[in-house]
Parts: sequence; structure tokens; C-alpha cells
Amino acid sequence: MSSAALLEVEDLTLHRGGNRILDHVTLSLAPGETLALVGESGAGKSTIATALMGLLGPKDARIEGHARLEGQGELLGMPERRWSKLRGRRLSMIFQDAGSALNPCFTVGRQLVTVLRRNLGLSRTAARARALELFERVGINDAEARLSAYPHQLSGGMQQRVMVAIALACNPDLLFADEPTSALDVTIQAQIIRLILDETRTRGASCIFVLHDLALASQSCDRIVVLYAGQVVESGVTAEILEAPRHPYTAQLKSCVLEIGTRDLDPPEGSVGSYAAMPKGCRFARRCPRALPRCAEERPPLVPAPDGDRALACWNPL
Amino acid sequence: MILRGLVRIGQTLVVLLIVSFATFGLLKLAPGDPVQLALGAEYSETAYRSLQREMGLDQPFLVQYLAWARDFATGDWGRSYVARTDIFTFAVLEALPVTLTLASLSLFFAILIGVPLGVLSAVKKDSIFDAGAAVFALTGTAFPSFLLGILLIWLFGVKLGLFPVMGYVSPWQDPVTGLYHMVLPALTLSTYFIAMITRLTRATLIEVLEQPYIAAARARGEPRWRVIWVHGVRNIAMPLVTILGLQLGTLLQGTVLTETVFSLPGLGQMITDAVLSREYVVVQAGVMLTATLFITINLLVDLSYPFLDPRLRAR
Amino acid sequence: MAAVTDMDSPTPAPAAATGPGRRSSLFLRRPFFTIALLATLAYVGAAVFAPWVAPYDPVQQSIDAMMAPPGPAHWLGTDSYGQDILSRIIYGARYALVIGLCSVLIGAAGGLVIGLAAGLAGGWVEWALMRVIDSILALPSLIMAVAFIAILGQGVDKVVIAVGLSMIGPFARTVRADVMQVRVQLYIEAARLMSIPRWQVIARHVLPNVVFPLAVQVTIRISEAILVSSSLSFLGIGVTPPTPDWGLMIAEGRGFVAFAPWMSAMPGLALALLLIALSILGDGIREEYDPKLRGGS
Repeated sequence: MSSAALLEVEDLTLHRGGNRILDHVTLSLAPGETLALVGESGAGKSTIATALMGLLGPKDARIEGHARLEGQGELLGMPERRWSKLRGRRLSMIFQDAGSALNPCFTVGRQLVTVLRRNLGLSRTAARARALELFERVGINDAEARLSAYPHQLSGGMQQRVMVAIALACNPDLLFADEPTSALDVTIQAQIIRLILDETRTRGASCIFVLHDLALASQSCDRIVVLYAGQVVESGVTAEILEAPRHPYTAQLKSCVLEIGTRDLDPPEGSVGSYAAMPKGCRFARRCPRALPRCAEERPPLVPAPDGDRALACWNPL
Repeated sequence: MILRGLVRIGQTLVVLLIVSFATFGLLKLAPGDPVQLALGAEYSETAYRSLQREMGLDQPFLVQYLAWARDFATGDWGRSYVARTDIFTFAVLEALPVTLTLASLSLFFAILIGVPLGVLSAVKKDSIFDAGAAVFALTGTAFPSFLLGILLIWLFGVKLGLFPVMGYVSPWQDPVTGLYHMVLPALTLSTYFIAMITRLTRATLIEVLEQPYIAAARARGEPRWRVIWVHGVRNIAMPLVTILGLQLGTLLQGTVLTETVFSLPGLGQMITDAVLSREYVVVQAGVMLTATLFITINLLVDLSYPFLDPRLRAR
Repeated sequence: MAAVTDMDSPTPAPAAATGPGRRSSLFLRRPFFTIALLATLAYVGAAVFAPWVAPYDPVQQSIDAMMAPPGPAHWLGTDSYGQDILSRIIYGARYALVIGLCSVLIGAAGGLVIGLAAGLAGGWVEWALMRVIDSILALPSLIMAVAFIAILGQGVDKVVIAVGLSMIGPFARTVRADVMQVRVQLYIEAARLMSIPRWQVIARHVLPNVVFPLAVQVTIRISEAILVSSSLSFLGIGVTPPTPDWGLMIAEGRGFVAFAPWMSAMPGLALALLLIALSILGDGIREEYDPKLRGGS
């Protein structure tokens, strides 16, 4: 992992209501890089994003570990005032369902203009001109009229385009995209992903996608982090991971996604299960076809592989 | 939206019609013969008949109702023999402004105090402040306003001598003295609403603050105060206005009691006095006026929803 | 579809600790509810055993002890006729509770009839009855009660009727809503198809679904009835003196606030405490049994 990382997360652990939702999550991100957090429902992918945006207060969760942002230092434990200076300007986020992430009582134009005026200190007219420009860039036709539309008057795709425009309004260094397309029609999904990738790439911004769809991740992201029940099981360059997954869970995900129709479906059996009753060791042990007796007892550390830029946490890898 | 509005207005008119019919009919049932009442103890049969005809009381019920409704709509409400004035002048020009001033001032107080209290206790959920606000809200909604009025008179008027306790000076003619006289009555009447608004604001804001758009507003760097006071509070306006609309009846009946406690010459006082002196025409006028007021304001509240919540506007 | 699972939720589903099955008893969960219930029972006890509990005759006047402040002889003082306030408050509990309960029952009965008729009739009858209910609701209950008092005159029985009639509106509305809910359920249709007589359908299917929520409403609205009836007395148009009615006592003391504040304050606090206790009880019962609140719509 390069020393010029934009974001470095080390042993991020998060407890909520007595349950360990995230367990020593470690990952890093280079400037301009696109990373996908992949895993099934409840794996803690979104929680990582909200924790790194500082959206979880001490009442919501107990957070330990480190997260360093280049030029900023330690993020975790910052007071709310410093977080709010960082958010919108250097860190930004696109939410799962744009329809509920836009305030229903304000026009989308006003929501975008407010961000521009407050974060960049633009004048009313300058902010409006910039908003118009942003709307056109994210592919909203008839941008002038759409500025004065309320969220409910726009289609789901349009709403997500607005969210993209708002998220990128102040040229952030790091964008979190939390399942940005799961609420949209399949045909529009690709467009939105393309838009986010294009816009972040032209700005040189990094992007962390939260995805449950491995296929989508493989098409769009430089690197992948596979999570299972709050633990990182494998991470590395997308192509390498998908070509030769070494963790049994990654392999199952891959077989379930990429080889539909060519051979028998082999989905992970069962479900993640309750966080209250997790094994001491590898959390995947109970569902793992290659589990050894030690797997449930002793937690496999996330070890960087000697070959190439990847890491793995498994006692009995493929 | 316009169609919905028209339907709503039509419904309101039907309700007004039924209310007027019921008011007229019911007070017809009241004991005592208005002709006899007007003539006094001694009268001749012919005098009785001629006055009866003059007052239209020999006509069938429906005709009498129509005549009464026409008179009511045109402002010809008859004369009060007790107060010795024209009832329309008495009710609409003298009593109504007092009641409306008291009601609107109380509502103003209630929103001014209740919303911030509710917001603070939602933001500081489960703190000591929140618990205190909850106790206040519970006590405030259950406490009878007339008792509160008397206690306030005793404390601020008698013990501390800070505020006048009786008498009415119109704030429209003399704003300073008028408002000064209105402070205690308005405080009395608004306590229930402060408590209710605190409770409602807290409950709805806690729900609103869990919405994704609040997290999204924070995610784009909006400071905490703006997230709460702009994004949060704007979204509770709708439920707040709805409940306030539903509670207008409580506000109106509160004015009746408050007016009695502080001897304010408003509608409530007018109606109570008329009931005591058995002047049914005045009771009729007062009840009709109150109902019309209440129904009209409810209609306005209903029609205001689309302005408060963009989602209700026609697409 | 190439999705592993449908959605990613940040937290696993919380254990179903709040499910109805796991609820602990109402009394344990809400200590305030228990206190309020005990307080209400104390009032009921005072009302029932008034002659044995009250230290004096509530209408016995005494020139020697006019406007005596609270003290050992008269714990809560005396009024301008020298009547013992504590005794009047204890007897007053009888009036408050009896008037409250009777008028709520009148309101509930009237609401049941109108609501059932509106809910079952359908067509223009329903429309007309709904507009009538709207009209009843168009007047604040106190104003309506005042109008009825104007016709009926004063007295305990008149107050009960006036307050009862003024409360019909809200009851009718909830009954109709419940009937509508039953009506869309299939078994009514099924019963009709099997040509079971209408009254039997009503008795067997509609009434049971309506009466329970109505009973809940009755308990919740007792405090409202007590408040409206004592308001009438306070306005001087309800119960007539020398009845030991709290509203009346507060009104009588109003003129003496400067010299004898206890005359209003004592019966007022008695009323306020009962109303607060009843409203805590009402909140508890509502949260426990109101399907609308539980559904969280």
C-alpha cells in the first residue's frame, strides 16, 4: 500500500447495541482510485461509509480504530464542527434512494445552490449559474426548469442525477456512493454508474462504491474489498480477485454472479445470521465449505499476499 | 388541486347549512315564548297576534328558517334587549375582535414557545431537559385553563403586581396598554397549546431527524443548526398545522373560559351572559358566529396544505 | 439478476424485543400509569365513601369560620359561607365522576347509533349522516354544551345531557371508521351471501369489532367530559349552588383571590390532579389498545 494514500482505514471496529457490526476493517485508497465494498446484506458496507462520513454519533455507535485522510489526519473522534467543515467539501456521499435523500420541502435547485453558497461562498447569481452548469453536466435536460422542481416531480433517475450534482458540487477528494443504483431501473443503473465514474475521473477524485452486485463492481472499480459480517475477508485489484479468488466466500460470490446459466448455481448457503451469536474466529466459518476446526476458534488475520497487491484473511484458502 | 379545493368548499357550505338549521331548530325548542317575552306581562289577544305576524312566527317552520337564514347572511341579527344594542354590532364588531385578538395572540405565544421547546427536547432526547419538557407537556395539556388563569392572577396580579388582572383595552387602539392587558389571558390560554405543540414537535421531529434526507443534508456539510432548524423544522410544518387546525375548537372554547376569568368582553362572555339572561337570539347569533369562524378556519387550514407540502401540489 | 442479495442494511434486524408477545405488563413498564391508577382509585374511593371520609357536612354554613385559611380545624380552609372546603371537595368528587361517566356514556351511545347507521347504510344516507357528524364536529364541544344548556336550563341532570350530546361527534366518527373496517373484511360479505339476516350480521360481526374500541374511547374521554362539565359550572351556567361542584367552587373563589386564594386553588388542584391522572391513564390505554397508534400510520 502506497504511502501517498488518500484514505487509510486501520482496524475500524464499530459496536452498536452490544453487537460488533464492524470488526477490524482495514483498507486504503489511493488518490483517483475507485474502490468497491462488496458483500451481502448486513455485511456492514454502508456502515463503513456512514462512519467514515462522521454521520454516526456516540449515541448511534461506539467506534474504534483509525481513519486518516490525507492532509487532514485522524478523522475518527473529530468534533461535529470539524466534520461538517469536511463534509461536502472534501468528503461527499451519494445515497441509496435519492428520492428520500432529497428534502421533499425544498426545490432541488435550492438544495444545490445552498451547498454552493455555503461551502464555496459563491454569490446567489454565481451559485445559480454554477448549479445550471452542474445540472447540464450530469445530463439533466431542461436544467433551467428542473432547478425549480421539487424532488417528487422528478423520476428516480433524475433524482439520482441531482444527488450526483450535489455531491460533486464542491469537487470533493473522496466520494462515497452507497448503492447509488439499487433503487433504479436496470436500464438507468448503468447510466448512473457511468456518470459517477466519468465525473469522479475527470475531477481526479477517489470513489468508494458500496455494492452488493459483484458484476457491477467488476465492471466499474479498480479495487475490491470483500466483506463478510463486518470482517474484510479479501481485498485487492478487481481483475486479480475475480480471476483467482482465494477466499472461499469470494469464490462463492463469484460463482453465484458470473457463471449463471453455465453451470449449477452454488450460492452461499443460509444467511449471515445474528450478530449476537457470531463465532469467535472467522465469521464465515459456519457457512464455509472448507472450514477447519480452528476457523471458528481463531480469527484469521488479514495478511498481505506476497504476490501482487492483495490481502486475504483465511486459514484454508483456495 | 383546484377541483379538490372546490369540493372541499362545497362540503363546508353543506356543513354550514346543517349547523345553521340545527342551531335555528334547537333554539326554537327553547322554553319561553319570544312574543310573550317581548310584550311583557299584560297584553291583548290582538296585540299578541299582530306581533306574532310581525315577527313571522305564524309562518311554517321552514319559511321561518329561510327568513332567519337570509337575515343572518345579510347581517340583520336583531336587537339584544339586555345589552340594548344591535346584535350584529355587538357580536361582530365588538365581541369578535376581542376573541380573535386573544386567540391569535395565544397561538402566537404557543408557537413561539412550543416549537423551540419541542425542538430542544427532540434534539436532547432522553436528557433531563427532555424529561422536564415531557412532564410540563403532560401537566400543561391536562391542566384546566380557568384554574391556571386564577393562579396566574393570584401570582402575577395579586402577589407580584406585575400585570393588570381585569379589564380590556383594545390593542388596536392602544397597542402598549392593550398588549399589557392581554399578557396574562394569552399566557393562560396558550399554556395548553404550548404543551401540545411541544409534545407534537418533539414526536414529529424525532421521526423527521431519522429520515435519509437529514443524513444527506449533513453529508453535504450543512452545519448542525441548519440541519435541525431548516431541514428538520420545515418538514414538521405540515403535521403541526394539521393538528393546530384540529385543535382550533379547543382554542375557541378556551377563549370562552379565559374571557370569563379575566372579564374580557368577547364572544364567550357574550354567549354566557345571553344563556344566563335567556336571550336566545343572542345565543343563536353567538353559536352561529363561532361555528362559522371555526368552519372557515378549518377550510383555510385544509386549503393551505399544498402550500406547506410540495408533494401535495398538482403535478 | 446478478445480485447477491436485495439490499444492504447497515444493521442486522434488531431482536424482536418490542413485539406484542414479549411486552411486560402495563404496570411494570409504566410506573406513572400505576401511580395515576392509584390516584384515580383514591378519587373513586372518596366519592363512594364521602359521608364517612368528609370531616364536615359539605353544605353546612358557619358564620364563625368564614374564609378561614387552611389549618388544623379546616385542613383546606373554608369558603365565603364558612363551608369546609375539604368536605366539599370530597363530595365534589361524586359530582365530577358521576357527571363525567354518565355524559360520556350518553355520548358513546349516541355515537354508536349514528356511527353504525352511517357505516352500514351506505349511499346517500351515509353521505348525509357523515355531513351531520361533520356538523356536530364543527362546533367545539363546550360551545355546543353551552347551546344545549341554553335550551335545557341548569342542573346536574341537564349538564349530563348537554355534555353527553356535545360528545356524540367524535364517538360517531370513530364508530363509523371501525364499521368501515369491518365492512371491507370478507366475512361480512360471506355472511351476506349466505343470506343471514342483517341484524344477526350486525350483532355477531359488526358490534364486537366496534364495541371494544368504543370502550377504549370512553375511558379516554372521561377526562374531557369532566373538564367540559366543570367548565360549564365555572361559567355559572352548569350546576347550581350550593352543590359542592369543583367548577362552581373555583368560580365562587374567583372574586376572593386576593384574600382567600385557597377557595379557588384547592378545588382547582383537586380537579387538575384528577384530570392529569386520567390523561396518563388515557395515554397508557391508548398506546396499549389503539390499533391506529400501533399500526403507526
